Amino acid sequence: MNTSSSLLRRRKLTQVAIFGFFRLSAAINGIALLVVVYFLVAKGWRAINWTFLTQPPKEAMTEGGILPCIVGTLCLSLGAILVALPIGVASAIYLNEYASPGRLLRAIRVGINNLAGVPSVVFGLFGLAFFVVWLKMGVSILAGSLTLGVLTLPVIIGSSEEALRSVPDTYREASLGLGATKWQTIYRVVLPAALPGILTGAILGISRAAGETAPIMFTAAVFYTPSLPTSIFDEIMALPYHIYVLATAGTEIEATRHLQYGTALVLIVLVLGLNLIAIIYRARLQRRM
Amino acid sequence: MEHSLKIKIKNLDFYYGDFKALHDISMDIYANQVTAFIGPSGCGKSTLLRCLNRMNDLIPIIRVEGQILPDDQNINDPNVDVVTLRHNVGMVFQKPNPFPKSIFENVAYGLRVNGIKDKAYIANQVEKSLIQAAIWDEVKDRIHDSALGLSGGQQQRLCIARALAIEPEVVLMDEPASALDPIATQKIEELIHQLKKSYTIIIVTHNMQQAARVSDITAFFYLGKLIEVDDTKTLFTKPKLQQTEDYITGRFG
Repeated sequence: MNTSSSLLRRRKLTQVAIFGFFRLSAAINGIALLVVVYFLVAKGWRAINWTFLTQPPKEAMTEGGILPCIVGTLCLSLGAILVALPIGVASAIYLNEYASPGRLLRAIRVGINNLAGVPSVVFGLFGLAFFVVWLKMGVSILAGSLTLGVLTLPVIIGSSEEALRSVPDTYREASLGLGATKWQTIYRVVLPAALPGILTGAILGISRAAGETAPIMFTAAVFYTPSLPTSIFDEIMALPYHIYVLATAGTEIEATRHLQYGTALVLIVLVLGLNLIAIIYRARLQRRM
Repeated sequence: MEHSLKIKIKNLDFYYGDFKALHDISMDIYANQVTAFIGPSGCGKSTLLRCLNRMNDLIPIIRVEGQILPDDQNINDPNVDVVTLRHNVGMVFQKPNPFPKSIFENVAYGLRVNGIKDKAYIANQVEKSLIQAAIWDEVKDRIHDSALGLSGGQQQRLCIARALAIEPEVVLMDEPASALDPIATQKIEELIHQLKKSYTIIIVTHNMQQAARVSDITAFFYLGKLIEVDDTKTLFTKPKLQQTEDYITGRFG
């Protein structure tokens, strides 16, 4: 009797310890985010004001604002998603709905997985060689969007496939059983049901694209340009590259610390804002069903 | 009462990969009759049902030999258009599977994918089908609400309405009441009784009382073979084979 009650106590203690560890692990995630945001706000809030958000940089980027960077990052993120979403969703539909299992399908999947593992600076060099030089796009929004688009593709394909897989087969059977073609079934039943999941992938993709530095430093972003872009063939400034420039190559690295943190704060708010739009849209879609 | 021949199944073999799921099945299905397929799990009754609208085509490794001849055309002929076939041979599945759309759009779906755009015709057909499926009174005030808000039994009747809306000639039902409670089951059975006036119905069921209640003809399957087929009354009261008797009296299976 005695031993069994002590055994019970030990088992309960083990459980408390294990769950405590899990709780701590979960808490670390939240804490990490809070710390990052706290640092950015604490060190960057002084930089944030109307001029900062609406003016181009001045005095060798030690004063003025970051408007061209904000516009540039918005253009690149939007461009990347315009490139990656159609191709990514189409690929996922092919892989999940049409392709018959076999060597070809496996080869394509291996390719996608490897694409996801390529370091982003390699994408930058690829974009420089292929889009900027070989296709003669020059350093431009177009070349940067295409490069970021390729980088984002595996994320979009992965989450789109996951979303398509989670659509129950009973929907497909019901639709085919009513004399719908395969394409009608996909277009009218499968895709609408998968859309919230696909959008989640798009959110992840756009967040990643907005924050990348290496892929755009050779393909789209420049050190300094006071004017806003007027076409997709213009070169631009971008928030992550601007931070990189201020922090490593600026004329007054120490004096512009608050500008660096301020820019980072704007970048994070921008990404969260983009996420929020997509999350609200997704919630509305789910409610409609 | 004479019933015309609707479907002739001739020497049908069916394989999942190397596994032979159906052995040399031959039987006739008559128009405006309810034909029940009974037998223990894995006996091939659902496989045979799904041969009749080529739903098995969705599985990549199957092979079919032999013939199924509705109106003198072999449906396994590669020239047969499965889309047209499925238009004529509707299906109701084991679990209610309404689309995550409104009640109206669920029933209108089959019409829309078949290219019908006339709004008045669609509205009329939706109402007619819902009435036929004995669910109109329950849903008429919320026809544009999501179908997922209905109870399981209502969802299944909605699925029947959805199948009827495109006016098929044959309706296949794969254990349509197995996921439902007794009251909902009773409603479905009454419905089947009504529907055979206009349609040819084939129903797979695990429930022998159900087969006895709803069907005119019953076919008993075991291990991929058709053991016995007869008038439901005869099969349940005077089966010719010992194996059939053992199954319907509950001695095995």
